[in-house]
This record gives sequence, structure tokens and C-alpha cells, in this order.
Amino acid sequence: MEEKFTPDSQYLVQAHDMKMYFPIKTGWFHSKPLKAVDGVSFDIRPGETLGLVGESGCGKTTVGRTLLRLYNPTGGEVYFDGKKVDAKSIGGLRKDMQMVFQDPYSSLNPRMTVEDIIGEPLDVHKLYTSRQDRRDKILHLMELVGLNAEHATRYAHEFSGGQRQRIGIARALATNPRFIVCDEAVSALDVSIQAQVINMFEDLQKQLGVAYLFIAHDLLVVHHISKRIAVMYLGRMVETADSNELNSNPIHPYTQSLLSAVPYPDPKQAKERKRIILEGDVPSPLNMPSGCPFRTRCRYATDECKAKMPPLTDRGGGHMVACWNK
Amino acid sequence: MAENILSVQDLHTSFTTDHGEVMAVNGVTFNLEEGKTLGIVGESGSGKSVTAYSIMQILEKNGSIRSGKVLFRGEDITKWPESKMRDFRGKKCSIIFQDPMTSLNPVFTIGWQLEEAIKLHTDRKGKAAEERAIEMLKLVGVNEPEKRIHQYPFEFSGGMRQRVMIAMALACEPDILIADEPTTALDVTIQAQILELMKDLQKKMGMAIIIVTHDLGVIAQMADEIIVMYGGRVCERGTAEDIFYRPAHEYTKGLLRSIPSVDKIGQRLVPISGTPINLLNLPKGCAFCPRCDAAMKICLEQVPPETRTVDGHLASCWMAVKKEAEAGMINFTGDSGRSLKADDTAGAGSGKD
Ligand SMILES: Nc1ncnc2c1ncn2[C@@H]1O[C@H](COP(=O)(O)OP(=O)(O)OP(=O)(O)O)[C@@H](O)[C@H]1O
Ligand SMILES: Nc1ncnc2c1ncn2[C@@H]1O[C@H](COP(=O)(O)OP(=O)(O)O)[C@@H](O)[C@H]1O
Ligand code: SF4
Ligand code: SF4
Ligand SMILES: [Mg+2]
Ligand SMILES: [Mg+2]
Repeated sequence: MEEKFTPDSQYLVQAHDMKMYFPIKTGWFHSKPLKAVDGVSFDIRPGETLGLVGESGCGKTTVGRTLLRLYNPTGGEVYFDGKKVDAKSIGGLRKDMQMVFQDPYSSLNPRMTVEDIIGEPLDVHKLYTSRQDRRDKILHLMELVGLNAEHATRYAHEFSGGQRQRIGIARALATNPRFIVCDEAVSALDVSIQAQVINMFEDLQKQLGVAYLFIAHDLLVVHHISKRIAVMYLGRMVETADSNELNSNPIHPYTQSLLSAVPYPDPKQAKERKRIILEGDVPSPLNMPSGCPFRTRCRYATDECKAKMPPLTDRGGGHMVACWNK
Repeated sequence: MAENILSVQDLHTSFTTDHGEVMAVNGVTFNLEEGKTLGIVGESGSGKSVTAYSIMQILEKNGSIRSGKVLFRGEDITKWPESKMRDFRGKKCSIIFQDPMTSLNPVFTIGWQLEEAIKLHTDRKGKAAEERAIEMLKLVGVNEPEKRIHQYPFEFSGGMRQRVMIAMALACEPDILIADEPTTALDVTIQAQILELMKDLQKKMGMAIIIVTHDLGVIAQMADEIIVMYGGRVCERGTAEDIFYRPAHEYTKGLLRSIPSVDKIGQRLVPISGTPINLLNLPKGCAFCPRCDAAMKICLEQVPPETRTVDGHLASCWMAVKKEAEAGMINFTGDSGRSLKADDTAGAGSGKD
């Protein structure tokens, strides 16, 4: 019997047992659920950053999109500021929950001017009193993200990757949100530019108190920006902990190999470090292994792992791990 | 010292476009030693791939080598006819690309494609070619290769396709393997597998490797020698230790400062200001000048010469020249009448945020 979930007022965002299955056609009349997200729970405090990492296809983007109800979830509950997010309430909450996308090249309409791109959410939510007010707001947003006011009338395609990412962020900030899902928002950028954008995310958080779900596959970036980190594998959360704790004391075998695989920009460390090289690939989410999703690549796997899915349990101080043997 | 198997000398490559001439490579020089790994690192658009494609002479139609030499075992291959180059490409030097999907043909089986490459570049035919294909797949860690050769690329994951590309590239036992961002499209755990595989195969087969990447972590792990590129030029060259522990070029220093690392948690990152270079309109002096916080007047006017740093590696930066002068290694005024005083700082850093 499932206990009823009660939201906790200290958190801004809470996801409880969130599920998102996509029906995949397997024949004329048959389809099979692809379990992109399968029972994921987490909380984010106001003004805090939760990092979300995991391999391509493990369900990170789907978590972000389901959270913002860009998908209609298969199961579970999401609360924002104590209010349940559902088909009815989401309209009123859109303003507060925004998203920044991965690809600065394709996520903005190249034929729109910067002014129009940033102004669009202002128009949609009618967030200005006059033409002048609209313009002032746009210029203020541009200033916040470090864009030159004289760029307002230029087209998106005239900008570099880093600048486009700033435009996308200014647009997300236009409605003065309290929460932003950043999906690989810096991944396509060169390191020197990436650092500019990461600093900007941090400054905006300090200035405006906005909370982030920061999705990225680069662990060094995620560790830098996040207070807590959640690690996903095949649609499930396998470990969450404070960033420093996760980095110094990874417990789940998948997290351990993930951390050991990060190529550190230091030749001595690179040579000395012991890597845990995983065998094989991530299984297809259409053919999920029974029990623990990681068991096909795990060197500690036992019969128990095959039979039962391990639950996330607290190993002390909120360090949550889903593993039978660690 | 080991022999240089490849020597690139003052290479210039450009592309003709509607907007003008894109100066992608502007005087690149380096040596590759037999059996060693050279890393080429730099941000996107710095000319890394174009350098690699120039060596292979596989540039797009609008591009060409304007000047310079590419010596393979002492012979300038830029002078070779296409027929001889075709031979070079298969037998002497192979290349693998970033995206293994676009480099494999989706309508043919993995086995067919591997066998074609083998037949083209060796005298193996029929059964012998198939055996070699299976042997190569086994070597790169593809399980059940006898079955796998009958499958199509879409049935392989990204990591497995990259293994196939490596198998194909090494099937003819080339002397040089060029890997252009070989793991950029892959997840870190798969990246670790592929990098490990490349090192392992190098030990077994002894080929020299040129690895091209924008990822400082990958380069730290793979390269014996490193060249850092910016604006189509080499800014700095040295061993991995020289570049990571004793960077002398302001761009290299900036790159290393801007990457997040575990020791920098809680600190603000130090980015490089400004935006990437426009190759249609190269600055007259140092290409990095518009973004450099240490820029001096001379940086605006003259391309910095390659200078030996105090610890013995090479950097092309006026700041390094100045340091050397301060250390009393060379005499400036006696040189070419250049004077380098601290008050030369010209505030050249325009375009800052
Ligand atoms: N609209 C959709 N229809 C069907 N399957 C989908 C859909 N969106 C995502 N999936 C599948 O769900 C799984 C999770 O996808 P998701 O995009 O969330 O991964 P991700 O972790 O963000 O990966 P990446 O790092 O590559 O961005 C994948 O197997 C993907 O193919
Ligand atoms: N076919 C082409 N036509 C015009 N410009 C090109 C062409 N190929 C590459 N370039 C330009 O040459 C420069 C260097 O490219 P490249 O070597 O691919 O950079 P990277 O260092 O990222 O590998 C870039 O500015 C790129 O846009
Ligand atoms: S539950 Fe078993 S298979 Fe899963 S990670 Fe733990 S030991 Fe490995
Ligand atoms: S100090 Fe001068 S030469 Fe060196 S990187 Fe800066 S601008 Fe270039
Ligand atoms: Mg994604
Ligand atoms: Mg490239």
C-alpha cells in the first residue's frame, strides 16, 4: 500500500516517484512502453542547484521535460512551492518554471531578432505596462546576461555559440522564474566560453535566488556548479549526495566507474589514476534487465541483483544509494 | 632520439568562400616521432582538423594547401600524385573521425565495409579478407565478431561503431593513426574504453598517433607531446608536463584557468574574455591579442616568434619573450631593435565583456 506523499515546505521543487513511459510500436497492433524515467524522486531547495548526470539516453532530458509538464507523466507527483503540478495548475506555474536548452544553434529561431526572442515570453505572459516598459525589461535582461544593448535588433544567427546561449538564458529569465531546468546548457561551448556562461549562471543565482536543475554529462562542470548531484542510470536514480561527498566517496558501482572515467586535465593524475573500465554498453531501455538496471555491467552483481530492484536508502547524511551489495 | 616519421613544415591551408578567404591554418610546424602520440588541442575553429585533413589531402573542394611541406619519412607528400596519396591514405596513414555514424555506410554490413577496406589496401581476398575482418573486430573488443560482421551500422551502439572505425583504420597496420575527436560523441565510460583501446593497440602495433581534441582531459591522458593551436597557428609546444604544469603562452594559461576542476570548487572560474577569432579577418600581430589580458603594444603589430622558455619548451608569445629577457637569457635591444618594457602594455584587449 503506497503511502500518500505529503510535500515538504522547505523545498521549492519536489518530484515523487516520477514516471514517463513512451509507447514504442513493435508491430501493427502492438506497442511496448519505453521506460525513459521509471520512478524518480528528488527535491530542490529555493536558490539551490541540483546536478543531474548520467550517460546519454539515461533519461535526464526526460526528467527535465516531465518536471515542467512538457510531457504528460505516466505516474508520480511533482510539487512546486507546495502546489501540485498538474494539467490544471501548470498554466499558472509556467512563468515560474523555465528551461534552457542544449543546442544554442537550433534552439533559437535564427530569423528572429534578439529583442523578439527575449520579448516573446513577456508578450505571452503580458508582463509589461507599455512599449517602453517592454523595451526596458528586455534591455535589463540583456544586461543581466552580459549582452550589449546595441545587439537588440540583430538576428540570432549573427551570434557566436556562447552569445546565443546567453540569449536563451535571458529569454528563460524574462518571466522572473524561481526555477530553471538547464539541459546541457553549456555542453556545446568551448571551455573558455563555457566558463563565462557558468559564472553567469552562478551570478544570476546569487542575484535572483533562482534554483536550477543542472543537467550535464560533464562531471567536472556539474560538480563545480551543484550543491547536490543525482546520478541516473537507465531511467532510475542510483545515487544522490552532496557534490563533495559524491566526489570523494562514491558508493554505487556505476558512480564509481563514472567518476573514474572522467579524464582529468592533469597528465600525472591521468597516468596514476586507476580506472574502472566498464564492460559493454548501456542496455536498450526497451530491454530493461530484471532487478538492478546496472547488473549487466556490474562486477559486484549477485543473484539478488537479478531478482529484485534495489531501493534508494540513506547511507548517512542524505547520501542515498540504490545497491544491494555496496 | 627516435626518428620523425612525419614532419609538417610551415603549413598554410585556406578555403575560398563567398565571404573571402578563410585562413584556417597559418604556418603550422611539428614533428611526429615513430611510435609516439602527439596531441593537438585548441578550441573549435582553431584549425586542428584542417591540419589533419591537409596531411591526408582530404580537404573539401574549396580548400587547398597554399604552402608548406608535409614530409613522410623525409619525402614531401604534398608533391605526390593522387594515385600515390591513395596508397598513403590506406597503408601508411589512417584517420578516424568524430562521428562514427556518418563515416560508416548505413546500407552495407559492418563485415562488408571492413572487408572492402582490407581488399583495397592489402592483397588479402575473399576468405582471407573475411578472416582478417573478424580478427580485427576481436582485436578492438567487439564480442562475437563472426555474427557481428553480418549486422548493419544502426545495430551497433556509438561506442561499438567507433571500435569498428578503429578496426578499419588499423586493418592495414598503418604507421600513423590520426584520430580527430575520436571520443567527443561518446559518453565518458565509453570514452575511457576507446582511449584505453587506442593505447593498448599502440603498444601492440607500434603506430604513431596524432590525436586531435578540444578536451584537455583527453589530451592529458593520451599525449606524449602536445601542440596548442589558436587561430590556425601553434601557440605552444612541449611535453604534456610542460603544457599542463609550466604553460608559457597566455592562451594556454587562459585555457587551463577556465576549466573547472575539483581543486577549484567554491572558486569562481576565470574565463577567457571576448569571443572566438574570425578567420576571415586575422589580426596583424598575435591572433589571441583581442582576448589577451596581458597584451602589449608589440602584440598588436607583430606575430610573436617561437621562443624557448626558461624551462626549455617552446611558446609563441611576446610575454614569454619578455620573461626570457628578464631572466637575462637574451638581449633584446641588440636583437631587432624591439624594446619590451612594462609600459608597453597597450590595453589591446578590446571586445571584453
Ligand atoms: N519522445 C520520445 N519518444 C520515444 N522515446 C523517447 C522520447 N524521448 C526520449 N526517448 C527515449 O527515452 C530515453 C531517455 O531519453 P533522454 O533524452 O531523456 O536521455 P538523456 O539522458 O537526456 O540523454 P542525452 O545525454 O543523450 O541527452 C532514450 O532511450 C530516448 O531514446
Ligand atoms: N570547407 C570549408 N569551407 C570554409 N571554411 C572551412 C571549411 N572547412 C573548415 N573551415 C574553417 O576552418 C576553420 C578551422 O576548422 P577546423 O580545423 O575544422 O577547426 P577545429 O580546430 O575545430 O577542428 C574554421 O573556421 C572552419 O569554419
Ligand atoms: S544492486 Fe547489484 S548489480 Fe546493482 S549495482 Fe549493486 S551490486 Fe551491482
Ligand atoms: S601576450 Fe601578446 S603575444 Fe602573448 S598571447 Fe597575449 S597578445 Fe599574444
Ligand atoms: Mg538529453
Ligand atoms: Mg574539428
